[in-house]
Amino acid sequence: MYNKYYLNHLQELESEAIYVIREVAAQFDRPAILFSGGKDSIVVTHLARKAFFPARIPMPLIHIDTGHNFSETIEFRDKLVAELGIQLIVGSVQEAIDKGRAVEERGINASRNELQIVSLLDTIEAHKIDAAMGGARRDEEKARAKERFFSHRDEFGQWDPKNQRPELWNIFNGRKRMGEHFRVFPISNWTEMDVWNYILQENLPIPSLYFAHHREAIFRDGTWLPNSEFLVLREGEKIEMKYMRFRTLGDITITGGIESEADSLEKIVMEVSATRSTERGMRSDDKRSDTSMEDRKKQGYF
Amino acid sequence: MELLRFTTAGSVDDGKSTLIGRLLYDSKSIFEDQMEAVKQSSERKGLQHVDLSLLTDGLRSEREQGITIDVAYRYFATPKRKFIISDTPGHIQYTRNMVTGASTSNLALVLVDARHGVIEQTCRHSFIASLLRIPHIIVCVNKMDLVGYSEEAFNKVVEQYHEFASKLDIKDIRYIPISALDGDNVVNRSENMSWYKGASLLDTLETIHIGSDENHLDARFPVQTVIRPHADEYHDYRGYAGRIAGGIFRTGDKVTILPSGMTSKIKSIDTFDGPLQEAFPPMSVSICLEDDIDVSRGDMIVKNNNQPEVGQDIDVLMCWMSSKGPRPGAKYYLKSTTNEVMAIIKEVIYKIDINTMQRIEQDNDIKMNDMARVKMRTTRPLIFDEYRRNRITGSLILIDEATYETVAAGTIHC
Repeated sequence: MYNKYYLNHLQELESEAIYVIREVAAQFDRPAILFSGGKDSIVVTHLARKAFFPARIPMPLIHIDTGHNFSETIEFRDKLVAELGIQLIVGSVQEAIDKGRAVEERGINASRNELQIVSLLDTIEAHKIDAAMGGARRDEEKARAKERFFSHRDEFGQWDPKNQRPELWNIFNGRKRMGEHFRVFPISNWTEMDVWNYILQENLPIPSLYFAHHREAIFRDGTWLPNSEFLVLREGEKIEMKYMRFRTLGDITITGGIESEADSLEKIVMEVSATRSTERGMRSDDKRSDTSMEDRKKQGYF
Repeated sequence: MELLRFTTAGSVDDGKSTLIGRLLYDSKSIFEDQMEAVKQSSERKGLQHVDLSLLTDGLRSEREQGITIDVAYRYFATPKRKFIISDTPGHIQYTRNMVTGASTSNLALVLVDARHGVIEQTCRHSFIASLLRIPHIIVCVNKMDLVGYSEEAFNKVVEQYHEFASKLDIKDIRYIPISALDGDNVVNRSENMSWYKGASLLDTLETIHIGSDENHLDARFPVQTVIRPHADEYHDYRGYAGRIAGGIFRTGDKVTILPSGMTSKIKSIDTFDGPLQEAFPPMSVSICLEDDIDVSRGDMIVKNNNQPEVGQDIDVLMCWMSSKGPRPGAKYYLKSTTNEVMAIIKEVIYKIDINTMQRIEQDNDIKMNDMARVKMRTTRPLIFDEYRRNRITGSLILIDEATYETVAAGTIHC
């Protein structure tokens, strides 16, 4: 029987995410959105806009700046913040290093990815943020498959996977003690495919880095690493001009790209649906060990 | 494309992880790098074949112990549907996880080993599915390869299960003979079992009718938050934001606000994408009323002619989820929809042995993973429906007033 009272999967996922975001606004005093400039946090920000329409998003965006950014990401971030008319809080990894709170990694594969944890926790503490919303998805990585929508963090900002609060129906328990906070993941149930289909459906602007473009890169560990002032060449590596794009955006030193002809949203959706490897396979931070995401998450990573 | 959420439960040996691995693999939801990692792990362990169950392995502590300790969520899609699996361990210690996984699902996949037939764990999982009012159950009779693909063996399990299930309250039960290891009847119909004329598992998951699972009769709108833009163009705007928990709301409907009992009319149903003439579950919308009355979080907007219960004494079937049992006279935060009140457990009426479904009336001592029927009293009136009528307005959780942990999940009975 045809039933007109039904939502398709993207509508249902959207409605669920809006519900979660509104719960955050209702249950916490000082929530914020963790904004990386990547597609997932762009989607979360867009959903927040829908959740509080016609009012403005009633919380700031937090960006953890590693100092190793793609310039496109920063331009995109500033334009979006101006358009939304909301506050931007920047946590600087460089500042944490200068203050001696974090120590720069050395060596050929050095990255500031893990150092973000210090800046993130410092920023959350300095601004007394009690709920930080992020764009993490459960399909991304096995340690994330067991993550809650409302994920409790102790006073050290750490995650205890063995002692998570059970989450039933759509009732979320956001109770916490002084100094503790929550990480909230409104798009937990979305897959990479859902995110792209939604970006296409909503026609959301995204950084140009996601579209195929010409760029200098070197081939390392099975992916095309972009050339930048931070890149240290290994013996035998040579810089080549490539027509490429990025499937995920992080720090410029760890985000590898793929050779691609996809220069429109439609073509990206087609490419992603045909692809046979995970998006995080391009991220050298996840290749460090089998449980590197689990370990970083316990310490307080995104 | 529709979304179907289903739950599985099982122990290490019944092939649950292999079945999920098979569904993910055969629906091409496994990427090459994930598959490569599983191949390498299988080789390291000296296995002869690729162990698909490794695809669903999670945390380090779980891999060390070779068990699943928590609910894991898995995703796959076919051109017809998107699926969310809540994958839960089946052991009795993990009743709380099974309840958690069942709470958001509209279908349960129950695995039975063809050699062993219906065992305690099968009953436990099915019983929990029925208590949580999952409308559809698919019984997969697995490991048919080990019983020579015998129709007789399959029929024996079906008979056993059918007899047991007659005591349960489940409308839709289907049976499929499968071999998760070899893929028989998982995605494609098996040539080894030509006597089976039904659909394959994936085919069933893709086509089972779930459109009537939502309650479209009793209009319920729990208010999450109030939207008041501080902008000149929306000077007097007051939108009540929430997710529709039941029924259909239309512009112009006469509504009552509970618990105050004030009445008004729906002026508009707003979304970012424009106003709507009608809204239904599970849509997230904002409702504006004709009259300027006091409405806030925890209130419920309902239609005048169809109202939920409002009361302070409630009958609850609960699953205790904390390692420490309830303290005598302890107060709990009770959360139901967007409402939060304080509550006490006044009386334990009986506990339920989830293996035999028998009532235990002498033992009132509630421990972790126990299911018990209790009477509760709340400090302020709760707005609710019977759980069998509405899974959203009929469910609740209890939060410990000292530790803030979620200690129990409950369904409301009248």
